[in-house]
Amino acid sequence: MKNFLKKIWKWIDDRSGFSESILPVITHPVPPRAKWSYVFGSATLFCFLLQVITGVALSLLYQPSSKEAYQSLQFITNQAKFGNVLRGIHYFGASAMIILVGLHMMRTYITASYKYPREMNWISGFFLLIFTIFMGFTGQLLRWDSNGVWSSVVAAQQLGRVPFVGEYLARLLLGGNTIGGQTLSRFYSYHVFIVPAFIFLFVAFHLYLVIRNGISEPPKAARMVDPKTYRSWYQNLLKREGVPFWPDAAWRDIIVSAFIIIAIIALAVFFGAPALTTPPDPSMVQTSPNPDWYMIPFFALFALMPHKIESIAMLLGPLLTIILLFSIPFISNKGERSPLKRPWAMFGVICVFVFVISLLVIGLQASWSPNFNTKPLPLTDIKSSNPDSTIIKGVHLFYAKGCQYCHTINHYGGKAGPNLTTVGNRLSIEELKVRIVNGGKNMPSFGGILSKEDLNNIVSFLHSQN
Amino acid sequence: MNNQLENEEISRRKFFMKLSLGLAGLSAAVAAIPVISAVLAPLLESKVEKWRTVGKLNDFQMNTTNLVTFINADPEPYAGMTAKSAAWLRRSSDTNFIAFAANCTHLGCPVRWEKDAHLFMCPCHGGVYYADGSVAAGPPPKPLTRYQVRVINDEVQIKTAPLPITNIGGSKSQPV
Repeated sequence: MKNFLKKIWKWIDDRSGFSESILPVITHPVPPRAKWSYVFGSATLFCFLLQVITGVALSLLYQPSSKEAYQSLQFITNQAKFGNVLRGIHYFGASAMIILVGLHMMRTYITASYKYPREMNWISGFFLLIFTIFMGFTGQLLRWDSNGVWSSVVAAQQLGRVPFVGEYLARLLLGGNTIGGQTLSRFYSYHVFIVPAFIFLFVAFHLYLVIRNGISEPPKAARMVDPKTYRSWYQNLLKREGVPFWPDAAWRDIIVSAFIIIAIIALAVFFGAPALTTPPDPSMVQTSPNPDWYMIPFFALFALMPHKIESIAMLLGPLLTIILLFSIPFISNKGERSPLKRPWAMFGVICVFVFVISLLVIGLQASWSPNFNTKPLPLTDIKSSNPDSTIIKGVHLFYAKGCQYCHTINHYGGKAGPNLTTVGNRLSIEELKVRIVNGGKNMPSFGGILSKEDLNNIVSFLHSQN
Repeated sequence: MNNQLENEEISRRKFFMKLSLGLAGLSAAVAAIPVISAVLAPLLESKVEKWRTVGKLNDFQMNTTNLVTFINADPEPYAGMTAKSAAWLRRSSDTNFIAFAANCTHLGCPVRWEKDAHLFMCPCHGGVYYADGSVAAGPPPKPLTRYQVRVINDEVQIKTAPLPITNIGGSKSQPV
């Protein structure tokens, strides 16, 4: 029996060329001492495979039609066996991919692994970053609820900023002049066919380059990369100290990837898929669109940047970022690789990291948005202990006229404008009136909206807040 | 004689090489026509616009702003509820109406009319507009886009229009 199986394997091996061509790839020598910081790329790859598999499974249950996708999502979430977990894995898997792609890129930059001869590794990785972000965006959109509808409108508006052809691009993205039957079909095609095809292509190219150029050796201060001698030096290093990729280096990759995938599944079981919001009806305007967390930094940027330059920045910002990331290996492809000898590069990484995380934190708070859910301020929470009728009317008007959407008094209200809990200490009655009637930098003028009596009531309430 | 044969052989080979490449290119080009047309389909559609009745004249009180919904100009039979659009309709006099697109001019989010505050507010980045659609606060670069409105036989009608897209200068494609 054993001999028979051996014979079969021999036949397969001979006709397929496994031992001859695949085995050397798996066991190719890699530099020693490449430790835990080298696992992010393979972890991204395994998360991508998880996304492919769960994505195919989801496509068995999903209806890619503007009309019926919402119902099919409700079916997946509430009726299909393990449907909610499946959606959850795909969602947390997407989040993990975004994080891991970011970490992988940061590690590559910190150790300057993009330098000679690995410039093309960086460039293909750069394309994979763009594709991953695009997949994240289109994926949250396929969750075709009101968030999905308005996300596609927001994306169309951004494309609209491209000079000359912006409007055409926007209409191409939406699949027509308005949201409609073709919108979701298009996004489905982008998310399921077109971009994944490119990802497969670029992943294959990226991995081929890893084999061709070798894994970068851990950097050492004062050991320069010299394009004239690097390749032969690297080959000698492998001959001297190289270890086989499998199993000496790859066991770490497998452990980390397995751990991450188990964590993703645990999160999916524990938290489930992101909840669906209201149905995808573009005529329902009582909705507050909110992108998934990985889009929040962009979303926050649009609220925070100076309004005058915004349309230009919406176009130039992504363009300059793309040009900069693309050109990194051309700006410097030789010399020091050690992060200790590249302080400005490290400073840049820290700045970008802090910038993105800050935008995420600020974006999650979204204090620039009116707080439509604010509850009327109870009379027990105002400063005046014995309010007269004008103050009481003022409290009611402060809520009814929308002041409270943007201004907080005693934990009630929004954060777009200044906190007014103790505004009576800062502004006199006259100053309060001027401010309300004329408005301010980011405040509407209420002169044409409030009657004289209403204004007086609000002002006497605010003045009592001291 | 031999040379001549060789030359003939080379030119034959060259001819077949060119023929194969040419035929391959031709087949690809022909196949590409319907593919490209599918990609560009949204731009190739004819742009019809239609008047849609959104209510009777008496449904709308003077100086009030109401949400009206209507079906887009030429929806696909499979569009379902995504064929709908919304507008904020303001009756400014006996026969005069103004209809605002519900899309914020900043990034297109749905603005809501706060009737006590007399303001349109956007939930996304805090854009605010006055009752006449002009910008009151926040990032919007332009006033709210308007739809055309008319009153015929006591019926208030809105002319459908493409989703308003703000372009780089902040100017808007205004349906006129």
